[in-house]
Amino acid sequence: MLEKALTGPKTYWTWIGVLLAVIGVGVGCWMWQFREGLTITGLSRDVVWGFYIAQFTFLVGVAASAVMVVLPYYLHDFKAFGKITILGEFLAIAAVIMCMMFIFVDMGMPIRIFNVFLHPTPHSMMFWDTVALGGYLVLNVLISRVTMVAEFKGAPPPRWIKPVILLSIPWAVSIHTVTAFLYAGLAARPFWLTAILAPRFLASAFAAGPALLILLAFIVRRVSSFDPGRKAIDALAVIVTYAMVINVFFVLMELFTALYSDIPEHVHHFQFLFTGLEGENTLAPWMWVSVLLAAVSLVLLINPSTRHRESTLIIGCVAVFISLWIDKGLGMVIAGFVPTPLGKVVHYAPTAPELLISLAIYAVGALLVTALYKIALEVRGHLTT
Amino acid sequence: MDRTRRRFLQLAGAGVVGAAGGTALRAVAREPEAPGSVESVQPQAGISRRWAMVVNLKAVERHHSWDRIIEACHRAHNVPHFSSAKDEVKWIWTEEFEAAFPSQEQPYVTLEHHDRRVPVLCNHCDNPPCTRVCPTEATWKRESDGIVMMDWHRCIGCRYCVVACPYGSRSFNWRDPRTGLEEITKEFPTRMRGVVEKCTFCEERIARGLEPACAEACEHGEIVFGDLEDANSEVRRLLREHFTIRRKPTLGTQPQVYYIV
Repeated sequence: MLEKALTGPKTYWTWIGVLLAVIGVGVGCWMWQFREGLTITGLSRDVVWGFYIAQFTFLVGVAASAVMVVLPYYLHDFKAFGKITILGEFLAIAAVIMCMMFIFVDMGMPIRIFNVFLHPTPHSMMFWDTVALGGYLVLNVLISRVTMVAEFKGAPPPRWIKPVILLSIPWAVSIHTVTAFLYAGLAARPFWLTAILAPRFLASAFAAGPALLILLAFIVRRVSSFDPGRKAIDALAVIVTYAMVINVFFVLMELFTALYSDIPEHVHHFQFLFTGLEGENTLAPWMWVSVLLAAVSLVLLINPSTRHRESTLIIGCVAVFISLWIDKGLGMVIAGFVPTPLGKVVHYAPTAPELLISLAIYAVGALLVTALYKIALEVRGHLTT
Repeated sequence: MDRTRRRFLQLAGAGVVGAAGGTALRAVAREPEAPGSVESVQPQAGISRRWAMVVNLKAVERHHSWDRIIEACHRAHNVPHFSSAKDEVKWIWTEEFEAAFPSQEQPYVTLEHHDRRVPVLCNHCDNPPCTRVCPTEATWKRESDGIVMMDWHRCIGCRYCVVACPYGSRSFNWRDPRTGLEEITKEFPTRMRGVVEKCTFCEERIARGLEPACAEACEHGEIVFGDLEDANSEVRRLLREHFTIRRKPTLGTQPQVYYIV
């Protein structure tokens, strides 16, 4: 079955070639980083986590969001999701692998990665996050493989896979909850010390992930005879809408608690994000773009006529995705470090090699999605090559 | 297994046992050090300790001890110096009063407090948030005496402990630390790039019956080190006789560095 990813028209191979080139540049940068150390990134004594860990956090959400198609299909027998469930599962696989790569490139001592398994430490949330992510990858590879093979043979999937699929539903929720716990349990960082962090992570994940899935489904429809179906897209769009509304609501809860209580160590982080602090306002323009895009997306998605119209739905989904990427893939992690626990306002911006390594990891994800989607489409006879 | 190989392994095993025995004997035979020393920290049955430090800010100020303290520590432990602030590694350094004690800040604070440079270091917390988050137990609180230890051979460089420390006491080696050293102290290991490091309360010195390097560099009692479990110790006397404060006490970390302001 895997061999189906190895044949294709010229455009397919051009796309693969571009991705491989981006990956090649990233591997080169990573080798440089491996030799010189993480000093080649913009990270510092005060901002010890940055772009890499922020991408990891954002992508855990994308991975978890597969549950938004798996749950209605398997738990509520929502038949319209039948065709796109596999797309959601494959997207989850690619996202988890990207997450693992972002952790790997962030490590100071990558050759010691197995110490996490040699010395398992249950009191560390990082240990549980490793367990949760690893388990989620295994579950999704197993489920998608078994269901795909069954479909290939034209037989119903074996009965034993159903409980495995049901297990993957709470598991998806767990990966993003535990990822939030990485941050939310630290007395040193008031910005993350909030019970709403995990719920907010889930809400933003269930908006950004399905928004990406809608966009991917449209791309797949363009390059093949695959049609996700009107009903599936409509249902996904409703999911994105509700999740985005809930996410914005949660963000406003955070803002109220911090700003009305007016406790300086809580207020300062939001000031840094939205107005800048002591002249350090690197993220402020980004955050306002995020706010603007969130507003645009809500207008387009809540209004039924624009939600049903494909062109405006696409704009809405792009707006949701970029807005949440800025919020989680830039603001959430970096603002936790500024100001520092000693009250210093410090500057952080990723360097060129840091961005190129990150881009390469996204290219690996795109490569995986491309290959896996191609297999699924070939098996279903949607591609004529 | 053939004969010669088995014989070789037997010999090698005997060698290892012999070497370990020799180390233990040397440790037992070591004489306690001269004045200004602390009692050896080698594990002894039935004796529990709690090392702590009292920093007298008035004395530090009076004797301009800041640089002497930092220099003594950083030289003893091969702590590198880099010109770029972002690569900075430090075990003990000074902060402004309001950065060290944010909850004590007020606009009309006396001038002497306002301009005060406070030496800060790892607090060797009784309830350390950094060891809780480490995914490999590369940092842990030693139960026998409360020192927050580091294993630089196990650390994977994830920097979670740096994120969890409320005092900014931990440094990561962004680059090869050996390139930031003018001279290397042979008695203490250098580190590799990619691991986290911090003050160890000079556990290698107290094991030999010596005071921590920073306390030793203070001739006027600016920094006093000792055992809280011993009611007659100098640190207990200072804590009895002076009002002392700790950094961010509301977080429940129970720092073991006390400041006389």
